[in-house]
Amino acid sequence: MTQTLEPQYAISTSDLTKTFGSQRAVDAIDLRVPTGSVFGFLGPNGSGKTTTIRMLLGLATISSGEATLLGHPVPSGLGAALPKVGALVEGPAFYPYLSGRDNLFRFDSANRDADSKTRAVRVDAALARVGLTQAAGKKVHAYSLGMKQRLGIANALLQPRDLLVLDEPTNGLDPQGTREVRNLIRSLASEGITIFISSHLLAEIEQICTHLAVMSRGKIVAQGSVEDLSASQTLKLTLVTSQTDAALELLSAAGIDAVADGNEVSAVLLPNQIEPERIVEMLVLAKVGVRSFTVQAPTLEDRFVLLTGEGFEVAQ
Amino acid sequence: MLATISLIPIALSIAVKLSGATVLPGQGPPFLDRVSHNGLFVAFTAMVVATPLFLPLTIAVVAGDTIAGEASTGTLRYLLIAPVNRARLLVVKFVGAAAFSIAAVVTLLVTGIVIGSILFPVGPVTLLSGNVISIPATLIRILLIGVYVTISLLGLSALGLFLSTLTVIPVGAMAATVIVSTVMQILGSLPQVAVIHPYLLSYYWLGFADVLRNPLSLSSLWSNSLLQLSYIVIFGALSYSRFTSKDILS
Repeated sequence: MTQTLEPQYAISTSDLTKTFGSQRAVDAIDLRVPTGSVFGFLGPNGSGKTTTIRMLLGLATISSGEATLLGHPVPSGLGAALPKVGALVEGPAFYPYLSGRDNLFRFDSANRDADSKTRAVRVDAALARVGLTQAAGKKVHAYSLGMKQRLGIANALLQPRDLLVLDEPTNGLDPQGTREVRNLIRSLASEGITIFISSHLLAEIEQICTHLAVMSRGKIVAQGSVEDLSASQTLKLTLVTSQTDAALELLSAAGIDAVADGNEVSAVLLPNQIEPERIVEMLVLAKVGVRSFTVQAPTLEDRFVLLTGEGFEVAQ
Repeated sequence: MLATISLIPIALSIAVKLSGATVLPGQGPPFLDRVSHNGLFVAFTAMVVATPLFLPLTIAVVAGDTIAGEASTGTLRYLLIAPVNRARLLVVKFVGAAAFSIAAVVTLLVTGIVIGSILFPVGPVTLLSGNVISIPATLIRILLIGVYVTISLLGLSALGLFLSTLTVIPVGAMAATVIVSTVMQILGSLPQVAVIHPYLLSYYWLGFADVLRNPLSLSSLWSNSLLQLSYIVIFGALSYSRFTSKDILS
């Protein structure tokens, strides 16, 4: 049986660290991006996401630890890995005095693996895929931010890729553009390409990702498949009753921390602590009158803030 | 930039033509007095005028922009992940700067020959050694001057390339290259530091007058080539060690 041996992880790192002087921008992270996943890489500004991406792509040196990209060690195997990786790193960058098409020609001819005979066809296909066929002949300095962003994605799609690394891919895009990019990512993912998206637009990530990692102050504070992370989340419980004292007593007997405010009782259920249904049963059996009972799963934003802290000072 | 370079011989010949007055030997730049007698001297004179400042300035702009220019627009990171090997990128950039040196010198000389032949009589040229050589022989000497000056600019290109790997601000690298070239010429004019003169990048820059002697003396061409080659090797190695270990954070 002939089968191309695919590495289990498109990206994997162990103790990957980057120090700038005494500052640890990336602090011993173990990142595991399964092949074929749409991986959301979250974190506040300055948490080390882009530095991690720069190390993975060989733009920045690794201070300590190890990383592999498509199974090849970084940096020694980058020559073999990079032709299979399309990337958008910290915003698109182009030669402003060249047209969109000429820019793609220039970057494609820089890649020695790229076949010059199919270049024109591949460039036009990439431009069509991001809807820039009309504007391909315009000089890039006349492009809007959104058009540059789409041209950057087109640049990542010049070759058949195994991995796309997209750093803030919808930055500067209008709602239509954001939707288009989301659809594009879905269709690329359905072709089996592993997609690694760094973003802080949580709604975006929530809609398309199968896996997540959250970075904060250089460390990974949560990582896993979206289902696993959801299963391990805490639930917020709110019940309205006239017998708050009785309700509080009952909850604390069950080992649940709860507070009352007027006739509203709120409590936090830790993962796998007790099913909310059981609490209702307990209350009813104890003849505590319940007017309303709500269970709220935290939004991704709540969890993000919970993991990374609140306020502007979260990342130094 | 090449168009600006071509303005030097043009402005020079028009000035001589319009003034009408005979330029006395020793007035103005070398060979200027001969321009009105023989248009071929426009190329020589323009080269003498442009070598100390104008040509180094244009080379500094091109060489200083090589890496820093790509870094400042951010295109450097996309080239490197294309992927382009860093050493190969340096070589390509140096070859680009060298190609510009050739283009600059050719532009200057060809414009000089063309405008000189239009505005002034053209004939056999009297060399510095007093001999007279034919027009085709003169053109060969002009070609030799072109080779000589191009080689002179290669060391500066390597220096500019190295300075360009140190910064993401292209203007900084350009200015630094101009400053180094100027300081070397100032040092070269101070007899007190004569001991370091032979090691200065600019030491042989104006030595191309040797090409205008008979019998043809190529010793300064060889010494210049050796000196420039040393600069290329030293700054090439520095660029390599700096650039291949650099974090691209722009």
